Amino acid sequence: MGKVLVGNHIRKLRFNHNEMTQQQLADKVGVTRQTIVALEKGNYSPSLELAFRIAHAFNLPLEEVFFYGQNSEEE
Amino acid sequence: MTYQEKKSIVSLISSILIFVLYCLYRYPLYPGGAPDSKEMLHYWGSFVLVLTLVSIAAHIVISIIFNIIFRITTGEKEPAFADELDKRIDLLAFRNSFVVFVIGFILAMGSLVIDRPLEVMFVILIASGFLSDVIGSVSRMYHYKRGV
Repeated sequence: MGKVLVGNHIRKLRFNHNEMTQQQLADKVGVTRQTIVALEKGNYSPSLELAFRIAHAFNLPLEEVFFYGQNSEEE
Repeated sequence: MTYQEKKSIVSLISSILIFVLYCLYRYPLYPGGAPDSKEMLHYWGSFVLVLTLVSIAAHIVISIIFNIIFRITTGEKEPAFADELDKRIDLLAFRNSFVVFVIGFILAMGSLVIDRPLEVMFVILIASGFLSDVIGSVSRMYHYKRGV
């Protein structure tokens, strides 16, 4: 299965939020740590609801956490 | 390797072991005589029923033992709930598993249509049940590793 087209900045954002652990983020948004691992690896596109919950956990709008297609920073 | 990946591998190995050991235990009890005799039907009926019960019980026991070993070796608690990723992977695994069983079921019915002995039908049904279980575990393993 190829990489999903919905990318994210979760790893970087966790680091910027007092080095939040994957488990802490998972607890905040109500998923297992393995789901956060899968999201960071780009192995899983979250549901819209989970995407909003993650963005809310970082106090950011959705588009600053998730992006569609190639990451503009990497271009 | 994540908890779910390890659990899928354990589930796959235990499914194969349970099936092989059970078949080895039941094979010598196979009754002789006419292929559609009462004893033969009783044998296949009890084969499937006891295999189902043994398999469920063994999976529960193995799952408990696996969780205990996982806690001891990693110091982590196993996930207490299934989130959206788990549910999606479960659905995909169930779909693959179901497809394999349905193909087996159709083949089993086909064997009756072409006048094969009754035992051929039972063997195909049991084998497809086993294969569908294996495919379910392999699908889970694959999707937890490679994503969905």
